[in-house]
Amino acid sequence: MKTLNRRDFIKLGSGSVLAGTTAMSIPHVALGATKKVVVIGGGAGGTIAAKYIRQADSSIDVTLIETNKEYYTCFMSNEVIGGDRKIDTIKHSYEGLKKHGINVVNSMATAVDADKKVVMTAAGDSFSFDRLIVSPGVTFKDGAIEGYDAAAEEAMPHAWKAGHQTALLRKQLESMDDGGLVVISPPPNPFRCPPGPYERACQIAHYLKHNKPKSKILILDAKDKFSKQGLFTQGWKARYDGMIDWVPAAETGGGIKAVDASSMTVSTDFDDYEVDVANIIPPQKAGKIAELAGLTDDSGWCPVDLGTFESTLHAGMYVIGDASIATGMPKSGYAANSQAKVCAAAVVASLNDHDMADPSYVNTCYSLVAPDYGISVAAVYRLAEDRSSIAKVAGGLTPSDASADALQREVQYAYSWYDNIVADMFT
Amino acid sequence: MLKKLIAVCTLTAASVCQTVYAESDPNTTMLTNTCVACHGNVGNSTGPAIPNIAGLSPIYFIGAMLAYKYEDEDQLDEIIDADVDFEDVEAFPRYSTIMGRIAKGYTEEEIKLMAAYFSSQEAVRPAQTFDVAMAAEGKKLHNKYCEKCHENEGRSADDDTGVLAGQWQPYFLYSMHDFSNGERAMPKKMKKTLDKISSTVGHTGIEQLAHYYASVQD
Repeated sequence: MKTLNRRDFIKLGSGSVLAGTTAMSIPHVALGATKKVVVIGGGAGGTIAAKYIRQADSSIDVTLIETNKEYYTCFMSNEVIGGDRKIDTIKHSYEGLKKHGINVVNSMATAVDADKKVVMTAAGDSFSFDRLIVSPGVTFKDGAIEGYDAAAEEAMPHAWKAGHQTALLRKQLESMDDGGLVVISPPPNPFRCPPGPYERACQIAHYLKHNKPKSKILILDAKDKFSKQGLFTQGWKARYDGMIDWVPAAETGGGIKAVDASSMTVSTDFDDYEVDVANIIPPQKAGKIAELAGLTDDSGWCPVDLGTFESTLHAGMYVIGDASIATGMPKSGYAANSQAKVCAAAVVASLNDHDMADPSYVNTCYSLVAPDYGISVAAVYRLAEDRSSIAKVAGGLTPSDASADALQREVQYAYSWYDNIVADMFT
Repeated sequence: MLKKLIAVCTLTAASVCQTVYAESDPNTTMLTNTCVACHGNVGNSTGPAIPNIAGLSPIYFIGAMLAYKYEDEDQLDEIIDADVDFEDVEAFPRYSTIMGRIAKGYTEEEIKLMAAYFSSQEAVRPAQTFDVAMAAEGKKLHNKYCEKCHENEGRSADDDTGVLAGQWQPYFLYSMHDFSNGERAMPKKMKKTLDKISSTVGHTGIEQLAHYYASVQD
């Protein structure tokens, strides 16, 4: 079994150890044989990894480091933007996780010392670990869209991290006059929540249709095809005919390249568009701490062993969720949930020096076209024998000839899916 | 014909049941972990459209999963006939939005492990609202038509039928809708009973039953 860096901290009394979470610069460290796991990021992946490790082996000391005191799920946030849902219904607290004996630390992880096996936080604390799980989600590639700086983020919200940005985009839609132009700019692959921009178009159209019916939505895509494309196209025609115009990369020269927030102008290689509301979703890479910890490769994402999610760059450090390169699995909340459970099993097995179970993975993802019109994609995956891919073995989309009753039922399943996945994360 | 079993663990189901108690079996945990993000902790759903699967009969669970997996009835029968562990399983084709897509990803052996796990979990009947008068009428219908196969106010799993007590109302109504329009097959005895209910009290009777099962919360 791996022990901690006791050489540095051996003289600390147990009193100081307990104070480690609050005392400046004193690493939070357990003496003796306690095995310690630190999880960075309290989203769809991190919450589950922390909880499932504790459930499998309550002797393991688990610390979850998360910047925000409250978490707004990205899933269902498009319904907030469309106005059918209040933002408080997607807000969740970490109190429930504390009941599992997880030490929840509200601070930003700012650095990882791979040699000393210590995580530093913005509050000035350090946390040592035997195993580190990094689940930081995504961040935006710097300078990928010219002019999209911090000020532009407020004028042209991405709303790709739920909370303030979600509320901001909603407010702008509410303030817009009837007849306005809304532009959505979906990023190139890979990115968080592949169907997200297109579900968002539905939810915005749903709001506009009933409140500002002369308005239009223009999707200037960085891609030539997208997730659930057939089903979305069918849904747009059925419910929002003539309101949503999707323009592929071939016709935009690869989507929006520059913005000017002061004049509310977005530009492709070919055209400038003056818009009323702009939802700019920039190109993405792994969350910042993954890069700082040296867990990313040239792609900006984190290569991992697909059976355990242990980084191929740093032993003892694991990456799950959007930040990881999980081959066949999409960057979705449910995929992060599933990966977190595989990773938790791997970490527990490794700390206890036993073999882990054969990994099993699943993804289930709903999109809401309208209040009575839901579509989904689901898949079950297995690890390829040579561990080179997480390969889909079954699954598929809502059939294109699904009945109205089935589409309505999928909405109710989506809501119940939400109830259960957030219960899995936060209770 | 629906085979009536007197206990959860019949001789053939014993191998299934044994795995129930192998709580530390990591493969079972790995598998069931893929279910619970949608079906709730240990199978007790907190979302009303998604059914509780905790405490179901393993035979019933297997029948449902196999029916989702093998949509073709002949193939379904073949699979059941080929495995001695499935001797007591009687599966009926059933409609789904998403479970058919998911069930195809699991082997029969994995389905057995899942069945063993979820059947050994305690069903927590959710606090859901119901109409007292409707529930009272539903109780009469239940006693008259359903109790014989769904014993103990619909709580029993021992009869290898679906556990109705405490099942979420929306899910129950979806199921009844599928039964009545032929998208979900059922044993002849049940069909006869359902026909009787609809010819006498119609859809109101189904709603009364939904309220009744929602009212059974202990």
